[in-house]
Amino acid sequence: MIPGVKLSLGLLGVVVGVLLGIVIFTSFERPPVSVTQHGYRGTAMATVSNPRTVAREVAANALPDPIAPQDPAGQLSSAVYENVKVLGNVDASEFLRLMAAITEWVAPVQGCNYCHVEESLASDKLYTKVVARRMLQMTMEINGGWKSHVAETGVTCYTCHRGNPVPANIWFDDTSKAPFPQIRNTSASPVTGDASLPSAVFTPFLTKDDPIRVESTTALPTGDASSIKDTEWTYGLMMYMSNALGVNCTYCHNTRQFAAWNQSTPQRMTAWYGIRMVRHLNSAYLVPLQSTFPANRLGPDGDSPKVNCTTCHQGVYKPLFGASMVKDFPELIGAK
Amino acid sequence: MAEYQNIFTRVQVRGPAYPGVPMESSGIWSRDGKPFFNYWAGKIGDAQIGPVYLGTTGLASLICGFVAIEIIGLNMFASVNWSPIQFVRQFFWLSLEPPPPANGLHIPPLAQGGWWLMAGFFLTSSILLWWLRMYRRARALGLGTHTAWAFAAAIWLYLVLGIIRPVLMGSFGEAVPFGIFPHLDWTAAFSIRYGNLFYNPFHMLSIVFLYGSAVLFAMHGATILAVSRYGGEREIEQTVDRGTAAERAALFWRWTMGFNATFESLHRWGYWFAILCPLTGGIGILLTGTVVDNWYLWGVKHGIAPPYPVVFPNVIDPATLPGAMK
Repeated sequence: MIPGVKLSLGLLGVVVGVLLGIVIFTSFERPPVSVTQHGYRGTAMATVSNPRTVAREVAANALPDPIAPQDPAGQLSSAVYENVKVLGNVDASEFLRLMAAITEWVAPVQGCNYCHVEESLASDKLYTKVVARRMLQMTMEINGGWKSHVAETGVTCYTCHRGNPVPANIWFDDTSKAPFPQIRNTSASPVTGDASLPSAVFTPFLTKDDPIRVESTTALPTGDASSIKDTEWTYGLMMYMSNALGVNCTYCHNTRQFAAWNQSTPQRMTAWYGIRMVRHLNSAYLVPLQSTFPANRLGPDGDSPKVNCTTCHQGVYKPLFGASMVKDFPELIGAK
Repeated sequence: MAEYQNIFTRVQVRGPAYPGVPMESSGIWSRDGKPFFNYWAGKIGDAQIGPVYLGTTGLASLICGFVAIEIIGLNMFASVNWSPIQFVRQFFWLSLEPPPPANGLHIPPLAQGGWWLMAGFFLTSSILLWWLRMYRRARALGLGTHTAWAFAAAIWLYLVLGIIRPVLMGSFGEAVPFGIFPHLDWTAAFSIRYGNLFYNPFHMLSIVFLYGSAVLFAMHGATILAVSRYGGEREIEQTVDRGTAAERAALFWRWTMGFNATFESLHRWGYWFAILCPLTGGIGILLTGTVVDNWYLWGVKHGIAPPYPVVFPNVIDPATLPGAMK
């Protein structure tokens, strides 16, 4: 063989090898990967985890230092403080303890004055205080009225805020204005796990109540008009939820028949209520706050910041790995 | 000693370029181009490139194909605001979508699937013209038209997906988008919408013929390479005049699996497996949504899908509970 040819073949081999190496190292997960079966054998219903990922997630979901219980003051906060609209029937010293906790959970750097005017703590002058009051009501409703989703674990401000005045995971209406209406994203969107599915799924499914179910419930056609495009929207939402919770499809579904409830896991019921809860929180609490927020807190289209699964879950199947913080703050559990 | 092999030839036989058998002139077209040799082409096949015959249908097909690719490409380019960098970066994600389902079978505005319909028209024209070209070239050379009919099987599947089924469903929106990842995600969504295509018997047949084709091709290729030391690559001669290569190949398969195809029948096996793959697949797609709406439930009804033991007994659809939320 001609030496030049031999050399170029060798070089070609090196290039192909390097490219293969890049593909392997960037797209495969380094072992060990452990698989825990939870469904019937042969259905691939199993959760996949990697100790390195778990260690990272556990560190990211560390709980804040607990705040010691206080001796009751014997007086209601409404008797001691002015302008207490939500927590008026809470003991005054517990009220102070909760205020300290909220500061630690939401504005540890900014302190009390993030929401309160220093000279008059009762004043509603700062928008942050008005929003915080509404968020307290929201937290109480979640803990009291949405046990179908949060069970007895409940949520506190910390579940979403994690020490940030604005939670790290919020969303605004999708404003990507493609010249031609494309249903799917024109880029690898992290929302749908890089799939080329519609990624603007929050507005229709998590604020409005567009139908999610697309699969026919009868063997033969009986008028189910769901299109394949509808299916791609649902698919996009499901990919998002999978990412938001750090789980795969089979955490909830038997994938041989996504629609079948009698083959699904109990987690699917929890998720069903979760979707309804998020819709309610957005439409009843976050969207109406639009006029309260200053312009710099609004989205590009002037819409309110809103919540989705990631706001609490942050990539973990149970926020904070299921640790209950609300049990130390029973006043945050509202009426059923 | 240099050795002649069928593929990855170590020896390239170089005679004067051969223009092919003489042919009656058909109108203005003739074989064009001065033949030349390419060393690398010779590594994997015949080193001679050309002459080619373009022909009226070939030219028309190329023009239609070019128009289709232009429409698709420019629409994709527009969707990234004409940014060449984003076009390359996002290429695999970009798409040209069919019209929204609400549009039905009406001619949609250009930006609402009109471009998609136009691209589909030109692509289909291009493919059908190329089919005609294959058929007519085979006839002109005095060949059978087997290749054209095999291609027609693939065109059948393409037409079912792109036009026949959408028309039966009453909406162009049911058709496949143009785009690399988009058409793959569309395929997954199609299966999910219709309750898992794996329970579609024609999908099963299609998979059998797809994988079967691969197995047959591997068995055949391996057999011929293995007997080429006895002249087994001269398959056509050995079809009618069995030499030791054909005898040994036959004996090998009789020993290993008790039965052997012949040098002639093997090609029919391969041909029909390949043709039946898109043929049965197309039937499966055609029945989906038109005749069967949920293949899993259909499979349960007909005893194909086995029931599993109940692992989670208390799971019920919350939407069916009294006073349920929407």
